[in-house]
Amino acid sequence: MLSIKNLQARIEEKEILRGINLEVKAGEVHAIMGPNGSGKSTLASVLAGREDYEVTGGEVSFDGKDLLEMEADERAREGVFLAFQYPVEIPGVSTTNFMKTAINQVREHKGEKALDAVSFLKLMKEKMKLVDIDQSLLSRSLNEGFSGGEKKRNEIFQMAMLEPKLAILDETDSGLDIDALRIVSNGVNALRSKDNATIVVTHYQRLLEYIVPDYVHVLYKGRIVKSGGKELALELEEKGYDWIKEEAEATV
Amino acid sequence: MKKFAGQSIIDKLSERFEASKTELTSNAAIAEVRQKALNHLVENGLPHAKAEEYKFTNLTRALEKNINFEMETETVSVSKEDVQKLKIEGLEAYYLTFINGQFSTEFSDEVTEEGVSFTTLSAAISSNNALAAKYFDKLSKSTEDPFVAMNSVLASEGAVIEVKANAEIKKPIFLQFINTKSSDIQAKNLIEVGTNAQVTVIEKIDTLGAEPGFSNMVNEIGVAAGANAKFYKIENDTPASYHISNIHVTQGKDSKFTSNTIALDGAMVRNNLDIKLEAEGCEAYMNGLYLLHGKTHVDNHTTVDHTMPNAYSNELYKGIMDDKSRGVFNGKIFVRKDAQKTNAFQSNKNILLTDDATVNTKPQLEIWADDVKCSHGCTTGQLDKDALFYLMARGIKKDRAMAMLLHAFASDVIENLQIEPIQAYVEAIITSRLEK
Repeated sequence: MLSIKNLQARIEEKEILRGINLEVKAGEVHAIMGPNGSGKSTLASVLAGREDYEVTGGEVSFDGKDLLEMEADERAREGVFLAFQYPVEIPGVSTTNFMKTAINQVREHKGEKALDAVSFLKLMKEKMKLVDIDQSLLSRSLNEGFSGGEKKRNEIFQMAMLEPKLAILDETDSGLDIDALRIVSNGVNALRSKDNATIVVTHYQRLLEYIVPDYVHVLYKGRIVKSGGKELALELEEKGYDWIKEEAEATV
Repeated sequence: MKKFAGQSIIDKLSERFEASKTELTSNAAIAEVRQKALNHLVENGLPHAKAEEYKFTNLTRALEKNINFEMETETVSVSKEDVQKLKIEGLEAYYLTFINGQFSTEFSDEVTEEGVSFTTLSAAISSNNALAAKYFDKLSKSTEDPFVAMNSVLASEGAVIEVKANAEIKKPIFLQFINTKSSDIQAKNLIEVGTNAQVTVIEKIDTLGAEPGFSNMVNEIGVAAGANAKFYKIENDTPASYHISNIHVTQGKDSKFTSNTIALDGAMVRNNLDIKLEAEGCEAYMNGLYLLHGKTHVDNHTTVDHTMPNAYSNELYKGIMDDKSRGVFNGKIFVRKDAQKTNAFQSNKNILLTDDATVNTKPQLEIWADDVKCSHGCTTGQLDKDALFYLMARGIKKDRAMAMLLHAFASDVIENLQIEPIQAYVEAIITSRLEK
């Protein structure tokens, strides 16, 4: 589904990604871990199409299409979803209105008819249950005055509404207490299927107890320096990142 | 020597005054006002390039360059369809239509509700209507603004509206001015809102054709005790039209006045809004939205003068500047010595969509009382990039995402407009501008 080859990117003059290689197939969950500043969030942003980053080399294909050629909105319509680490507050735009616009633009792209008000409401009710989010919250301005947990639940709610092929969760666990973490993870797990894939970007192993990955990759200084199964996450939890750093420095 | 500007314009205006003297000076009291206004203009001229009040908006030079100020006799005829097209869709109102400054019985509605009377300025003057003497150049004074002086010399027509005490006028009164001349029109509306009365007045000026035109409008509005008056200005004229508006309001005890100024198009627009709170317990609301594109230049100068205790004023102006457009905002709040317990708030927010768009904003607070609550704030920035990315990351196309953010930015001012068809009219323009 997603094939990343030697991806390099920078922000202003600073090199952040220095040759990422990653293959993600339908049905898989990949975790990207790594110390602060290793480039985890940059990778998530570059895949979603944030313009602040300049891709300086490499290729990314998504379902056979060149992802890097597309603008952020086109990527989303093709089925890429980024759950933001810091969801943006937008006064004056309600989540409901925003989601209706987004869903209908995605449907139009797929050649489907726009949802009428009744079907939209029905879909919304169904997905709201998944992350235990209240209708009144969705009628309010997007993320404005939401707690950290409410913001993250809103991200997963949007993901449930849009049903992406590839979901990228950027530090979705940051700022969540254990109850919120469980709700969010349950939502993500309920959406897993053999046809879609998930990339979980996280600093801690904690989230991976709930969203169990098939593969774990460790990012350090803009490269994937180690890959393994879910047990690698436990090893990192136990030993920290220093041994990875040492190993990586030794091979350079 | 004093700096003098607009000599060629003043010469032509003086000639025109002489030529139309019989008509303009039929009433002795008004004749005296007109002569004084002309003398003031001849002595002081129009605002020069460095005049403090007009320093960002050199209307004098723009008029010298683009408007001929000749007396024009030949005019294009206006059809029913032309008039219909310029109305606001879905808005139920009494349309009072003036074509090239002359009242048109043919195109106007009859104001049928009880408690309100309408007459033309010319009829009011010739019949010695008390409102003419009471308001003509009395609130909006020649000595305070050269364009008011120009208007007082030449304005032969306009609407005189009297709302009787306790009357609640249900439908808005829509003052529609349609111009086909490539010179100027000068009109003056006098409005009196009686004790505890309620009324909404809307003013809109439209030029037909692509030739440059100039409209110089004055509104003098007296709001009596306990009354509730609303005044809307919708400015969506052609890109070659020049406009200046002077609105002066005085408020009586416990009265409420709301001004909504929506500027959407034109070559150069200057709005002077001046509200005097002359009694206790007054409330004044000033809402403004300027949504500019092309080379449109819009300057909003507002003044609210708190002279008595326990009054409240709230001002919210928002601007979105695209292309090479320019916005100017100057908001003055005066709180006089006796105006204790005043609450006065002001906010001006701007978004610049291009590097070539500009805005100059200046709040000006002068407070002589010591027990007051006043606040003001202004911001200028670009569209929030993070918000734009967030919307696009959900599949929303860039144009649509921008439109959503701009609707959201303007939403509180649009909310304040209250009249649904006017809200829809503004919303549709925001959308169409972004989907060009």
